[in-house]
Amino acid sequence: MHDMSTHAVQHHAPPTSFIRKHVFSLDHKVIGKQYYALALIAALAGMGLSWLMRIHLGWTNAAIPGLQLLSKNGAPGGVMTPEYYLQLMTMHGTIMVFFVLTTAPFAAFGNFFLPIQVGAEDMPFPHFNMMSFWVTFVAFVVLMASFFVGDGPTLGGWTQYAPLNAVGAVAGPGQGLGVVLWATSIALFCVGQLLGALNFIPTTLDLRVKGMSLMRLPLSAWAWFITSCMGLTAFAVLMPACILVILDHVAGTSFFVPSNTVINDQLLPHSGGSTLLWQHLFWFFGHPEVYIAIVPGIGIVSHILVTNMRRPMLSHRVLIYSMGALAVLSYMVYGHHMFVSGMNPISSLAFSFPTLVITIPSTIVVLIWVFSLYGSKLRINSASLFALGFISMFVSGGVSGFFLAQPSIDIMLHATYFVVGHFHMVMGVAAMFGIFGGTYFWFPKMAGRMMNETLGKIHFWLSFVGTYCIFMPFHYLGMAGNVRRYSTFVDDFLQPLIPLHRFITVAALLTGAAQLIFVYNLIHSRFWGKLAPDNPWDATSLEWSTATPPPFDNFGGQHPVVYHDPYQYGVQSSTGDYVMQASPEQVKTEHEEK
Amino acid sequence: MAKFFAVTIIVIAILSAIPILRHTWVAPEDISTHGRLIDEQMSETMAEAGISFLAAQFMLAVFIWKFSNPGPTATIKKFPGGAKGLVVAALLVVGVEVMALGIFGVKAWANVYLTPPSASAMPIQVQAGQFAFYFRYPGPDGKLGPIHPELINEGSQNFYGLDPEHDTDSRDDIVTAEMAIPVNKEIHLLMHAKDVGHSFYVRELRVQQDFVPGLDVSLHFTATKVGKYEIVCTQLCGLGHYNMKAYLNVLSQQDFDDWLKKEAAMQ
Repeated sequence: MHDMSTHAVQHHAPPTSFIRKHVFSLDHKVIGKQYYALALIAALAGMGLSWLMRIHLGWTNAAIPGLQLLSKNGAPGGVMTPEYYLQLMTMHGTIMVFFVLTTAPFAAFGNFFLPIQVGAEDMPFPHFNMMSFWVTFVAFVVLMASFFVGDGPTLGGWTQYAPLNAVGAVAGPGQGLGVVLWATSIALFCVGQLLGALNFIPTTLDLRVKGMSLMRLPLSAWAWFITSCMGLTAFAVLMPACILVILDHVAGTSFFVPSNTVINDQLLPHSGGSTLLWQHLFWFFGHPEVYIAIVPGIGIVSHILVTNMRRPMLSHRVLIYSMGALAVLSYMVYGHHMFVSGMNPISSLAFSFPTLVITIPSTIVVLIWVFSLYGSKLRINSASLFALGFISMFVSGGVSGFFLAQPSIDIMLHATYFVVGHFHMVMGVAAMFGIFGGTYFWFPKMAGRMMNETLGKIHFWLSFVGTYCIFMPFHYLGMAGNVRRYSTFVDDFLQPLIPLHRFITVAALLTGAAQLIFVYNLIHSRFWGKLAPDNPWDATSLEWSTATPPPFDNFGGQHPVVYHDPYQYGVQSSTGDYVMQASPEQVKTEHEEK
Repeated sequence: MAKFFAVTIIVIAILSAIPILRHTWVAPEDISTHGRLIDEQMSETMAEAGISFLAAQFMLAVFIWKFSNPGPTATIKKFPGGAKGLVVAALLVVGVEVMALGIFGVKAWANVYLTPPSASAMPIQVQAGQFAFYFRYPGPDGKLGPIHPELINEGSQNFYGLDPEHDTDSRDDIVTAEMAIPVNKEIHLLMHAKDVGHSFYVRELRVQQDFVPGLDVSLHFTATKVGKYEIVCTQLCGLGHYNMKAYLNVLSQQDFDDWLKKEAAMQ
C-alpha cells in the first residue's frame, strides 16, 4: 500500500490563469468550495420556498408581496394557487435532497478534506472531478430553469410518482416540459455524483500515504468512502429511471404508463407500462439516498466530537462497522416506502424486518457517541454544539422510524405529516446540523480565517430550539391524520389543526431568519475574520498538519508519514494532550479499543 | 453554556412528550373491526419509542452537564464495560424490542392484507380519477359490468365508461359520488384508478391503500359505527389533490337499503 500511495498520486502543475484557478479548476479544494457555494445558494433557494409554502399553509388566502413576479399565473396578485404550491413544494424537496443534503456534506467537505485526510495531493482523476462539479452545476441550472419556462416546474413532488410523471402536460401544470427538465436535471446530477464516487473510492483505497492504514483513517474519511460506495450503486439506478421518464415524454414509449389511462375524458395512446416499476427504481435509489445524506454527517460529527471530547471514541472500529451496516441495509429496506402502494403484502413484511434491524446499527452509533462523552473533557464551541445537536436530532428523528417500519402502523401514518416530520428531523435537520458543525469546524482551514464564535452560538441556539418547534409538531399532526402535500386544508377534520400549522409557520419563519446570521457570519468571516492558525482546535488528523489554507499540492511538496491512530487525545505530548497523526513523537497512548 | 444546553435538551424532551401523554392530537376513534390491533400496536410502539427517546436525550444531557469544560486537572475516564457492553446491549435490548414489535405487528397487518374477504362480503367498486372518487354497486344481479375506457365521459356522467346498451351486467349498476355502507357488514372494496395514482384513506376505518393505475387492488373491512366520515386522497395526484375527497356514510341496514333504492332510481 505504501509504495502504491507514493506512485499513484497525480501530479499536475498549479494553474496560473483566473479561469483555471477559480472556475474550471482541477484542484479538489477549489471544487470542494464550489460545491459548498452551490449548496449554499441551493439551501437559500430551498429555504425561501419553504417560507412561501409555510405562509400559504398558515394563511391560505394571504397575498405574498412580490410572489406574482415569480409566476403571474401561479400567484395572481401574490396569492398562491394550489398548483403553484405543489410546484414550489416539489422544487423545495428536489433542491434540498439533491443539491443541498447530497452536495454539502459529501461532495463539498469530502472533496476538500478526503484527499488531505489520506495525505494525497489530489484525487486520482482531477478532470473527472471538475466535470463532476460542472455537470452538477448544469443540473441545478436546468432545474431552476423550469421556474421560467412553459407553465413552470413539475408539481409531482420530489418522488415524481408514475404515471403522473409520464403522461405529459395533460395531467396538470408543469407535467410536460417541467417534468422533462426535472428528469434531465436529476439524470445529470446522477452523472455528476457517479463521477464524484469514481474519484472518492480510489482516493481512499489507493492514495493513502505511508502509515495510513484503513483503520487509521479518520471517521469522516470512512464516512465519505462508504457514502461514495452507496452513491455508485444508487445513482446508477436513478439515472436510467430518469432517462426512461424522458423517453415516455419525447419518444412515445410507455415505461411507466399502463394501458387504458384516461385523462380529461381522453384515452391516452400509452400501453403496457408499469407504475410500480418507477417506485421500485426510485426507492432503490431513494432509501440509500437518505443514508447518502446522513452518513457523511455521522462521520463529520464523530470527527468534531472526538476532537472536542479530547478522547478517542469508545470504539473506532464499531463506528465504522455500524456505518457500513447502515449502507448495506439501506438497500434492503427501500420497500418500506411502498407498504400501501399495492405491492404484494408479503413483500411489505419482508421489507419491514430489515427496516427494524437497521435500528440496531443506528442505536450503536448513538450509544458510542453518548458513552464516549462519559469521562471526556468536552469543549463547547459552535462546532461541538452543532455536533451534539445532531445527536439529539438523530435520536428524535430515528425513534419515529420505529413506527414507519411497521406496515400495520404505516396504514395510519403513511403520507401524513408524521412522515414529513420523521424525514425532516433525521435526514434534513440532522444532516444540516452536520453541515453547520462541519462549517464551523473546517472553515478556518478552508478559508484561512476564523468564524465568529458568538454569532455561531446564537445561530445554534435559534436553530436548535427553532427546528424542534417546527418539526416535533409535524409528528402530532400526522398522528391526528393530517395528510401531506395538501395546499389547503379544506377537509373538515383538518380545520382544528390549522392553529398548530400557524405555530409551525411562525417558528419556520423565525428559524429561517436565524440562518441569515450564519450566512452573514460566513461571508463576513471569509473577508474580515481573524486569521486562522494551522491547528486552531488542537486536532490530530492530517488536515491540521498542513498550512492554513493548504497549498496547491496540500502538503507543500512533502508527503506526510502517518505514525499514529487518528484520534490520539488524552495523552501527554510536547504539544499538550494530543499527538498529531503525522508527528513522529512517541507517546504513551491511551489504550484504544479499535 | 454546557449546563444550559443540557437543561434545554431535557426541557425540549419533556415538552415534546407532554402532548403525547395528554393525547392532545390523536387519531379519531376507531370504527373498524380490524383497527383495534393497529391501535394497540401504535400504543406499544409509542411506549417503546418514547422510552428510547427520553432515555437517549436524558443521557446526552446528563453527560454534557457532567463532562463539559472540566478543570485542567481532570483526567479522561473510560465508560466501564467499554464498547462491547454497548454493542451487546443494543443487540439484545433494541434488537429484541424491535423484533417483538415486528412480530406482533404482523397480526395487525395480516388481518387486513393476508386474509381474504368472506364469501358474504359486499362488493363495491371505487374508481379514483383527477380529482374525485366514484363508487359502483353491482345492483340486483350482483355483477359489475365491464369498463370501456374510451367511453368515459364526465360531461355525460358516464364516469366508468359503461355501455349498458350492449353489456347486460352494466344495466343495473349503480354509480354514486358518495359511499354508503351498512354497519357491521363486511365490505369488499375493489379499487380501480382511471388516470394517475391516488389513495383511499379513511382515518376512522384505519384504512389507507393506494390505487395503482393498470393494476386493480382490493381491500376488505367492516365498519362498526353509524356515522359520516371523510374519504381523502393521500397520493399526490395533481393540482386538485387537496380537494379530492368523498364521504363515507355508515348506515343501518334499513337506511342503507333505502339509500341504494333511491340511488338506483336516479340512474
